[in-house]
Amino acid sequence: MSETATLTHLQRLEAEAIHIMREVVAEADKPVMLYSVGKDSAVMLHLARKAFYPSPPPFPLLHVDTTWKFKDMYALRDKMARESGMDLLVYHNEEAKERGINPFDHGPLHTDMWKTEGLKQALTKYGFDAAFGGARRDEEKSRAKERIFSFRTASHGWDPKNQRPELWNLYNAKKNKGESIRIFPISNWTELDIWQYIMAEGIEIVPLYFAAKRPTFVHDGQLLMADDIERLESVLGYRPDITERSVRFRTLGCFPLTGAVESEAATLSDVVQETLLTTTSERQGRVIDKDAGGAGMEKKKQEGYF
Amino acid sequence: MADQDVIYKTEALIAEDIDAYLDQHQHKTMLRFITCGSVDDGKSTLIGRLLYDSKMIFEDQLAALEDDSKKVGTQGQEIDFALLVDGLAAEREQGITIDVAYRFFNTERRKFIVADCPGHEQYTRNMVTGASTADLAVILIDARKGVLVQTRRHSFLCHLIGIRNIVLAVNKMDLVDYSQEVFDKIVADYAGFAKEIGIESFTALPISGFKGDNITTAPSANTPWYEGPSLIDHLETVEVRSAVDRNKPFRMPVQWVNRPNLDFRGFSGLIATGSIKPGDAVRVLPSGKTSTVKSIVTFDGELDEGVAGQSLTLTFADEIDCSRGNVISVSDNPPQVADQFEATIVWMADEALHVGRSYWLKLATQTVSATVQAPKYEIDVNSLEHLAAKTLELNQIGVAEVLTDKPIVFEPYTDNRTLGGFILVDKITNATVAAGMLNFSLRRSQNVHWQPTDVTRESHAIMKNQTPRLLWFTGLSGSGKSTIANEVEKRLALMNRHTFLLDGDNVRHGLNKDLGFTEADRIENIRRVGEVAKLMVDAGLIVMTAFISPFRAERQMVRDMLPEGEFVEIFVDTPLEVAEARDVKGLYKKARSGELKNFTGIDSPYEVPEKPDIVVNTVEMSVEEAAQHIVDQLLPLK
Repeated sequence: MSETATLTHLQRLEAEAIHIMREVVAEADKPVMLYSVGKDSAVMLHLARKAFYPSPPPFPLLHVDTTWKFKDMYALRDKMARESGMDLLVYHNEEAKERGINPFDHGPLHTDMWKTEGLKQALTKYGFDAAFGGARRDEEKSRAKERIFSFRTASHGWDPKNQRPELWNLYNAKKNKGESIRIFPISNWTELDIWQYIMAEGIEIVPLYFAAKRPTFVHDGQLLMADDIERLESVLGYRPDITERSVRFRTLGCFPLTGAVESEAATLSDVVQETLLTTTSERQGRVIDKDAGGAGMEKKKQEGYF
Repeated sequence: MADQDVIYKTEALIAEDIDAYLDQHQHKTMLRFITCGSVDDGKSTLIGRLLYDSKMIFEDQLAALEDDSKKVGTQGQEIDFALLVDGLAAEREQGITIDVAYRFFNTERRKFIVADCPGHEQYTRNMVTGASTADLAVILIDARKGVLVQTRRHSFLCHLIGIRNIVLAVNKMDLVDYSQEVFDKIVADYAGFAKEIGIESFTALPISGFKGDNITTAPSANTPWYEGPSLIDHLETVEVRSAVDRNKPFRMPVQWVNRPNLDFRGFSGLIATGSIKPGDAVRVLPSGKTSTVKSIVTFDGELDEGVAGQSLTLTFADEIDCSRGNVISVSDNPPQVADQFEATIVWMADEALHVGRSYWLKLATQTVSATVQAPKYEIDVNSLEHLAAKTLELNQIGVAEVLTDKPIVFEPYTDNRTLGGFILVDKITNATVAAGMLNFSLRRSQNVHWQPTDVTRESHAIMKNQTPRLLWFTGLSGSGKSTIANEVEKRLALMNRHTFLLDGDNVRHGLNKDLGFTEADRIENIRRVGEVAKLMVDAGLIVMTAFISPFRAERQMVRDMLPEGEFVEIFVDTPLEVAEARDVKGLYKKARSGELKNFTGIDSPYEVPEKPDIVVNTVEMSVEEAAQHIVDQLLPLK
């Protein structure tokens, strides 16, 4: 066998993710892919298109929106849905909308209502029994122990003490009435793998990942971007002090919850270089992990956060 | 701290020439390994060290770590690497690793995925789970303690699951003054034991996870006498399993049939072993039909060759039947097809194996019903002795015969992990209850063939001018099953229906007189009755059975034996107080006095049907009313 035929780690990770996606489609009644428009979602969508080619992926995309995402994210979301030929479902938690829940006044409640509750409502509304997510085991300690097929009770809770053993590449997709499955096909990828893959496959990602001059302000010690200054002013009650800085984002969420980093990295290889030489972990830009001390994410997941 | 040249070199390359670094990373291979040992062996410390040395710990994590080390660490003022990898909150408090956690790190040559598994005997299932995807196992030994019972257990489990690359990491060498004598003695002890269980070779290293000796470079200044590679060197160069799998015959389990339109029909799967090219002759199992590969389709264009480990889609030159669960194989060397096997089984659920109960068996993409016979023996994971066993409980490993309800495509596990490894799933709770490895098929399954008959079950039914059914009466002792079934039979007889009543007590006088009332015997009782009833239904009869049949799983097992719709579950609903008050046979009295053990409703559970086809409430209905209600529900039986 020729040396070039040795599978690289990226090829193995890709083959594993595709295998997982096909298993779900073969065994679940009504799967859906959660799509948050971030780089991990971009990779997931790309893998789905590969897994079922020449068929389009046989499931819709679901975006559980908070109305507080960056404008660039909404633009790319709509474009990718068109290109992939998949249905795009956008869900807003009506109660959160009515109560005017926002990231400044409501802190953790914002994530809880828009995302955690919104996701539960959307899954229940459409009757999806299997949802693909782009979580990775290298992100956070409690995720390191989560299965690839992760079961949720009828109320969407996660019970880390009662996980099914997962052997070889055999996945038990049988579920009890009311239960649903969250499936994480890129569990075994690291952040570097994601960047490498985006580079190797030429996957389009939101431009916010690359450094550019952007209007920024400092709030609660975090460097934030004024993506919608009028809206910020109406919620904050004052007009924040805007400074143009060359910044980029390491993760993307709601613009008032996602800290920017000052950077000059304007190309993919610059970004990867910066990522590799950086000294703070990826999720640090997110406020969510800091709640409730070290066990923040584990607690959120038990309550039904993805 | 150990020499970190390797790390600095990588960092320099990233800083100076990112594109060269990325190109290098692009061509890395991947190795998955498992670490075995308990907290005391310094396992978590070693993994923390690997992450730290390969720069997988960021500054904020490190700050948190230093903080935590002072609060709950076990290393005084020094960094406690173990805190990095013990994930779940409860585990941190108890100071033990309970579940399997996966960790990642890179070196210049490889990406590594580490399955971090707990070492105690009560976590055998976790270790087996972690080992199932590993190419290599690192078995940790505390240099102060030498080869322990747990070392033997870990080695046995890794060998059982098919790991052929074993690394013996003799840790905490710093605490034995880096003594070569201590190291040599441990290696000699281990070699004797390894040979006993069939481990052909292993690599032994003297290390200190805490101090960093022989982790990234070797020999460390403290072990000048050591001539082997560093741990990282060894992990970077050892052969990965997918490379070995490629030289085996071609097999690809079909996951999904890809049909975007009428002009395209492809078969999607992950190649388990071997390689394939357009024009190769292939055979689809179990049908045995042959064709040739027309194309290998991927999103990135058609391929000239597909190899083990790749996910792709094949098209054939001919239109032949092929669907999920089938296996595409090289034409002249196909895998076997069988329905009776000897298997090694690792039990993973709190509820013990029920001999004879029907479980789902999933192997590759095939899912069938299967039963497990009484174990031939259990293997003591510590002494490796074979012990007599009637069942298998949580974390027990045994060898038993497995029977499937239809033939499956398989290969012995030692030849092919994908076609030899399976899981068992409880049909009621849907939990994964066991993992197994097929050793070989039993001869008799190759020789005994189902005799095809010309007078079909349909013709039997047509001759009797009726629709065959199995009316399965279930309920507590004394609920009135036999009485009502008898009344139903009389009414059907008046309607010129051909019937037969199988009564619990009567069957126990003959066919099942060798069975008692333990849970296992009750399951076997129901299985036999189910089989007999099935033959009678095939003969065109309307069969009635009156058995307590307390377990849902067994009723489901009989339901699964019959074509859909032919099994009618009739729940004779009588409250326990009422049945006990009737006590026609005086059995409740005996059970209450302890004279009769395992009596349903008293000291053995009755699982109420979740979705019975018919319910009769004997408190509200007379026998005649109940019988008429059932007959009405059944009509028209033509």
